[in-house]
Amino acid sequence: MENLIALLVAAPLLGAAVLLCGGRRLDAVGHLIGTALASVSFVIGAILFADMLGKDAEHRAMAQHLFSWIPVEGFQADVAFQLDQLSMTFVLLITGVGSLIHLYSIGYMEHDERRRRFFGYLNLFLAAMLLLVLADNYLLLYVGWEGVGLASYLLIGFWQHKPSAATAAKKAFLVNRVGDMGLSIAIMLMFTTFGTFAFGPVLEATGETGEGKLTAIALMLLLAACGKSAQVPLQSWLGDAMEGPTPVSALIHAATMVTAGVYLIVRSADIFNAAPDAQLVTTVVGAVTLLFGAIVGCAKDDIKKALAGSTMSQIGYMILAAGLGPIGYVFAIMHLVTHGFFKAGLFLGAGSVMHGMNDEVDMRKYGGLRKYMPVTFVTFGLGYLAIIGFPGLSGFFSKDKIIEAAFAKGGTEGWILGSVALLGAAITAYYMTRVMLMTFFGEKRWQPDENGHEPHPHESPRSMTIPMIVLAFGSVFAGGFFSIGDRFVHWLEPVTEHAHGHPPVSATTVTLATMVVLVIGVALAYVQYGRRPVPVVAPRGSVLTRAARRDLLQDDFNHVVLVRGGEHLTRSLVYVDHTLVDGVVNGTAASMGGLSGRLRKLQNGYARSYAVSMFGGAAILIAATLLMRAV
Amino acid sequence: MSFPLLTATAVLPAIGAIATAAVPAARRTAAKWLALTVSLATLVLALVVLIRFDPDGDRYQLTESHAWIADFGVRYELGVDGIGVALLALTALLIPFVILAGWHDADPLETNSSRWRPTQGFFALILAVEAMVIISFEATDVFLFYIFFEAMLIPMYFLIGGFGDRAHAGSDEHAAAQRSYAAVKFLLYNLVGGLIMLAAVIGLYVVAGNFSLQAIAEARANGTLDMATNTERWLFLGFFFAFAVKAPLWPLHTWLPNAMGEATAPVAVLITAVVDKVGTFAMLRFCLQLFPEASKWATPVILVLALISIIYGALLAVGQRDIKRLVAYASISHFGFIIMGIFAMTSQGQSGATLYMVNHGISTAALMLVAGFLISRRGSRLIADYGGVQKVAPVLAGTFLIGSLATLSLPGLAPFVSEFLVLVGTFTRYPAIGIIATFGIVLAALYTLVLYQRTMTGPVKPEVSAMPDLRVRELVVVTPLIALLIFLGVYPKPITDIVNPAVKQTMSDVQKKDPQPEVEAAP
Amino acid sequence: MNPVNYLYLAALLFTIGATGVLIRRNAIVVFMCIELMLNACNLAFVAFSRMHGNLDGQIIAFFTMVVAAAEVVVGLAIIVSLFRSRHSASVDDASLMKL
Repeated sequence: MENLIALLVAAPLLGAAVLLCGGRRLDAVGHLIGTALASVSFVIGAILFADMLGKDAEHRAMAQHLFSWIPVEGFQADVAFQLDQLSMTFVLLITGVGSLIHLYSIGYMEHDERRRRFFGYLNLFLAAMLLLVLADNYLLLYVGWEGVGLASYLLIGFWQHKPSAATAAKKAFLVNRVGDMGLSIAIMLMFTTFGTFAFGPVLEATGETGEGKLTAIALMLLLAACGKSAQVPLQSWLGDAMEGPTPVSALIHAATMVTAGVYLIVRSADIFNAAPDAQLVTTVVGAVTLLFGAIVGCAKDDIKKALAGSTMSQIGYMILAAGLGPIGYVFAIMHLVTHGFFKAGLFLGAGSVMHGMNDEVDMRKYGGLRKYMPVTFVTFGLGYLAIIGFPGLSGFFSKDKIIEAAFAKGGTEGWILGSVALLGAAITAYYMTRVMLMTFFGEKRWQPDENGHEPHPHESPRSMTIPMIVLAFGSVFAGGFFSIGDRFVHWLEPVTEHAHGHPPVSATTVTLATMVVLVIGVALAYVQYGRRPVPVVAPRGSVLTRAARRDLLQDDFNHVVLVRGGEHLTRSLVYVDHTLVDGVVNGTAASMGGLSGRLRKLQNGYARSYAVSMFGGAAILIAATLLMRAV
Repeated sequence: MSFPLLTATAVLPAIGAIATAAVPAARRTAAKWLALTVSLATLVLALVVLIRFDPDGDRYQLTESHAWIADFGVRYELGVDGIGVALLALTALLIPFVILAGWHDADPLETNSSRWRPTQGFFALILAVEAMVIISFEATDVFLFYIFFEAMLIPMYFLIGGFGDRAHAGSDEHAAAQRSYAAVKFLLYNLVGGLIMLAAVIGLYVVAGNFSLQAIAEARANGTLDMATNTERWLFLGFFFAFAVKAPLWPLHTWLPNAMGEATAPVAVLITAVVDKVGTFAMLRFCLQLFPEASKWATPVILVLALISIIYGALLAVGQRDIKRLVAYASISHFGFIIMGIFAMTSQGQSGATLYMVNHGISTAALMLVAGFLISRRGSRLIADYGGVQKVAPVLAGTFLIGSLATLSLPGLAPFVSEFLVLVGTFTRYPAIGIIATFGIVLAALYTLVLYQRTMTGPVKPEVSAMPDLRVRELVVVTPLIALLIFLGVYPKPITDIVNPAVKQTMSDVQKKDPQPEVEAAP
Repeated sequence: MNPVNYLYLAALLFTIGATGVLIRRNAIVVFMCIELMLNACNLAFVAFSRMHGNLDGQIIAFFTMVVAAAEVVVGLAIIVSLFRSRHSASVDDASLMKL
């Protein structure tokens, strides 16, 4: 069974290689090859999962050692895989949602002449993401980590002819690189501390070193997680990343890649457990981002950007939960999985809407679409109910647990974190209701474009709706399925450990409070967007609204400080290099030239003046000799 | 006496150079094929060396030793260790690609007979450079090394000054002036370095009485040759200065952007991927082995200079408007990494640095040659003159992207392995320097992706709209390089196996041990 | 007679010769002044030889004479050919040895 693990990665990798090197010959079948290989990976994952269920909980982890990757004196990096319950969860999520989105893309990208390449990139992404979650050491994880970054770069910039897409792709890669720096420093720190960076040895040895070192490692890992998972302060790329085709946003920027940061933290649980300061920072980052994303989500009129804000905010929940330690790890992952279902579903729904609306993304130009797109409406609606935490649906179970765990942190921190999480739930309800109302309810607000083409909203083809339906099922039932008898907790417990948190108020009270804020959020949105017609042109809005539309000015800050500052720095350095460093050399050469020009004048050609200098020289020599003798 | 394999690897291209130069002017194509065949034959010989080399055997293998100038104790001594053999193989590998990529670079211009180019000369000079570089990697006699270290300046000078890039913004006269400026600058910088080294070589002879690397290193190790601390330091500085100019290390770097900018792309590859490697190689072989104490004494300053090179080169690359100069500054940054790895004095650092030399050679060759193909199509080196190439020439853009990704050390491609080893090796001993150097990886992403974005993406500029995609000859050049980049990124073991024992030796020369981890984790 | 007096004479002759080289323009005169200096040196050699009681100085003096004879041959040839080409024996006229 172990030997199948490598095949999980190999199948999509093969797909990527074939599709990207195959040339135009494969244009006709490229999408089928890509989808087939993604499904193969899913089937292998399912087989491994079934095998795993057959064993008892403590012996489920599998390992496969492929070959020694970088053997250098004192430094051992292997290409080796490890498949335990945590990795398995991710494998199923990645290959499952991934296959569905491959299927969806067949329809969505039908008219794109570069569809084959799109599927190649998607397969590349799957391979890298699987490598990330299957690696048994941090360096191999790093390969997957940057691999998904590359795939994300390629896919965000898929429509490269649009400068905005190319810029967004570059920005995503660069911001991620800042996070990657954190990961590489963390690996270097591990190496100097433990002499290795394989998960097993490092995590076992955490007890033998000081808290300071561990805090440093944990903070660097957190920096990496912030980059990949779009957490404050490295969140700015996610909104722009929506320039990519919508299936990409669903797969990479909602369901899988952006949750890699959560995986990293949960995987490194032992390090974080031993570094309470780093855990505190983690919870703060999670809490800040969850509010940040939610506020941004409220102000965006672009449906994908509103959903991107929501993604940021939901991952904030997960990071927050992961920062809580053993009381939160399992729920972080559980929310991650349910979020994978409903957010992917929501994005696919958004894509379906755009598909029917000539790629219009402005929600102010939608309205009343439920009549035209019934399937999309229902699946999107179920995803909506799941994300706001409607009782009985997926989001309800997972988010509620996180809020409880936040309260259970204890002390003032617990109260603050719990309240922030509650507040976030209210805002989530508000902005998602806003999206829902602006898109599917009210009057139609679209107009013909400048060429006189009026959009004719229509339901999407079968290949697109089937994945949406499947994901909607997941959004409805996954949470409940996981929670009955604490299945998910028992499943992950051997890997992440689990401790029952004890909130200062009873769990029922927390649930009730969640329900109350939920109703408030929905009601507010209904008053604002349901009862009154939505203006086609966005009103000016308050200072906060305008700031939120600009991502709370974070981008402007980056632009002024980093981009402008950097430009000035490089320009002045180019100048310095040219004038100063080069100038010293050229100056030396020039002064040599000048000196020799002056010396040349001594050679006037008059024999007698040469004679004078000879006599003078001789006289000086004799004088010097005499002087030396005298001394 | 066995067949002098090492001599053959150098003599073959040397003879090839003479033969190529002797081909009659009219039979230009024959000269090209001859040069290509010779370079391929050299590659075969180099592979034989690689196979015959036993990583676990003696330190120097396939040695040859003959008396040469007996009065001065100069001997003709050749031998390769793991580091030398890796670089020998790299050189022999890259030259056929350089020749093939420069297939038409030296064709005469029909339109302007005043700019006639001696095609045969171009290829003969390339082979001459190859011969000299190879013998520098093999020489274990300091004097012999010095001669070829200096002599390779002559063919390089003519390659830069005589066969410049046709894509030039200014007039012909302006281009010629720029070119000769670059060539003279290259020559002067390296000559000054070489002269100082010559003084140090003579000084070494005065102190040690012979030029044999092995003999001197051995005598130093077992204490029979005692150098005064100051003498050792001065001699070290003399050697190091020459290598630092060649490498090039900040602030001695300014000749490189000019030379690489003005030369044709294949010659630029020759400069940065092959000739400059002699500088870093010589630091490992001569500085560390002959002057271990002085090397340790100078380490802090050199590490800081290397760090400045990394950051400074990357920042300047961001600010460039010219594609080739951008790659040149990126190379300066990468040489900073190599020198940092050498002087971090850890196994990981030095293995990483050696691996870096090989990988940088391949990745820069890939990027620069594709850039050259691009430039030859549009006739301009300015980044701003391009845009949207991806749409019209997807294969070209794809290979350019892979070259860029290799330059920014993407995991999975070869340069990542070496860069990470260098960073780890530095970090274990000098954490602060290691962390600052890590910023270099962010900057690398910035300059390569900005370059890619500005040239390849966005709306198609009218001037590039008719640009043809890569031709067969060009694909033959690029594909093997990319395959190697991927292969060595996934499975660098063949090279590390060769390099590791040599690095172990060097570490024992300088009597340094790797820092031990704080906690001995269970395996 | 005190040999030191010969040294005084040699110094005097040398000074006269040097002054002549510096201030005269006629190549022939300059040439003769050089000869004067050479012979002043010879005189000094011989005087020293006498003072120290060995023959080294005298041998050197013979050397000098031979060299001086050779010099005269070459020098006069140069002067003659100079005079032929520019009809003047002034040394200042022959100042082409500059850039």
